[in-house]
Amino acid sequence: MIKVTNLVKKYGDFTAVNDISFDVDEGEIFAFLGPNGAGKTTTIKILTTLLKPTSGHVELDGLNPAVQHNEARKRFGIVFQDPSLDEELTAYENMDFHGVLYKVPAKLRADRIEHLLTLFELWDRRNDPVKQFSGGMKRRLEIARGLLHTPRIVFLDEPTLGLDPQTRNQLWTHVRKLNDEERVTVFMTTHYMEEAERVAHRIAIIDHGKIVAQGSAEQLKAQTGAETLEQAFLALTGSTIRQEEATSLDQMRNMARMFRGRRR
Amino acid sequence: MSVIYILWLRQIKRYVRSRPRIIAALGQPLLFLLALGFGFGPIFQRAGQGNYIQFLAPGVIGMTILFTAIFSGIELIWDRQFGFLKETLVAPVPRTVIMIGRTLGGATVALIQGLIVILICLAAGFRVTSFALLPWAILFMILIAVMFTALGTAIASVLSDFQGFQLVMNFLVMPIFFLSGALFPLTNLPRLLDLATTIDPLSYGVDGLRAALVGIAHFGMPLDTLVLCVIGAGLLGAGGYLFSRIQL
Repeated sequence: MIKVTNLVKKYGDFTAVNDISFDVDEGEIFAFLGPNGAGKTTTIKILTTLLKPTSGHVELDGLNPAVQHNEARKRFGIVFQDPSLDEELTAYENMDFHGVLYKVPAKLRADRIEHLLTLFELWDRRNDPVKQFSGGMKRRLEIARGLLHTPRIVFLDEPTLGLDPQTRNQLWTHVRKLNDEERVTVFMTTHYMEEAERVAHRIAIIDHGKIVAQGSAEQLKAQTGAETLEQAFLALTGSTIRQEEATSLDQMRNMARMFRGRRR
Repeated sequence: MSVIYILWLRQIKRYVRSRPRIIAALGQPLLFLLALGFGFGPIFQRAGQGNYIQFLAPGVIGMTILFTAIFSGIELIWDRQFGFLKETLVAPVPRTVIMIGRTLGGATVALIQGLIVILICLAAGFRVTSFALLPWAILFMILIAVMFTALGTAIASVLSDFQGFQLVMNFLVMPIFFLSGALFPLTNLPRLLDLATTIDPLSYGVDGLRAALVGIAHFGMPLDTLVLCVIGAGLLGAGGYLFSRIQL
């Protein structure tokens, strides 16, 4: 379903993704794990047509996302790592907007919006502007929205960041159900190793833009002689903490937050 | 079509819901109209040019549309910063369609602001001389709005944050406004200024508005329409091209 061969992405001198290759089969849940700045999000952006690769080849359901944008875009749904909601619109309007963009017929759209908002316990708040939502509620809304158009492939980029255990549980249960019943292919990243262990069929560990290990959780543990996936992960990627500089985007968000005098 | 509509609707909803922005955007034209209009009025009259409010009002309307339109286009930077742009860019919709929907939405917002300013001008003593030409005035307002929303979108497509915004305001938008003949007649100007006003696209917009609303023309409505259409189409093309090349 997803095929990546010798993918490279450079930003000037910095190599974010350095010659990686992997395959994800149809109906598989594939976890992409790695420390901050390892190249996970860059890879997802290339797979989802937001970035063009420097070199190498990417295939999504037999399509090249760098060339056949629109065909490829019809195949997947994505929950981004950073917020991507329109805060001035209500929860329902955000969902509806998404449904129209993906050409979900009006009747089906209304049904699915109700179903998903109810599932993620946002139905009562559907007419409130998103800017009044808490972080967890926004996250839930993003997840609900990513599933609205019943995609064949779902990308989940750290979807559980900032969620409470209840919501996380709800999310993964739903993802597994989608995977079991509708054979939806799932490509996910997370920092919670137990989540990866629980839901993923296969795991790839990426560090400094390179894939350092691939296989099932069991295989990775056996390979490193570790007892838990977390230990295996640390054994493979080392225990140094990665520095990430605040991007202009983070600075800008801080400024905007100050400017509006709004608490998080 | 439904995609363009929902993109347009989003812009309108955002506009209607941000009342502070509406009011803030009306303060500037009001100040120009009252301070300059009544301040320079007596001198203008003594110079034999007639009523300054009559002359200035179309300029102030053009200014309002210019600023609102550019800002609507530049709002793209907010969408990029707050992540919403990603949502539209991964959707299976050609980028040109997204660009068109956004531009129409932004232009509509600018048009509404312009219409509100007309009402304010009327309250301040401005009188439309020929109501038969009012549809023309609306046409010129639409052309100005579309042209500068497209310009704003084009600029925002290449800026990734607000660092460059002041630069754009001071070296592009302000000159477009001040050199447009919104504030002074375009006759008997020094050669350099004359050249600058002739290449400023807003000159033709203000001139068209003035011709339609009060019957004072410098270039004439046919030339105004032609120039606005050509430059507007060019900017739409450029905006669409730059927008389609955005990478996140």
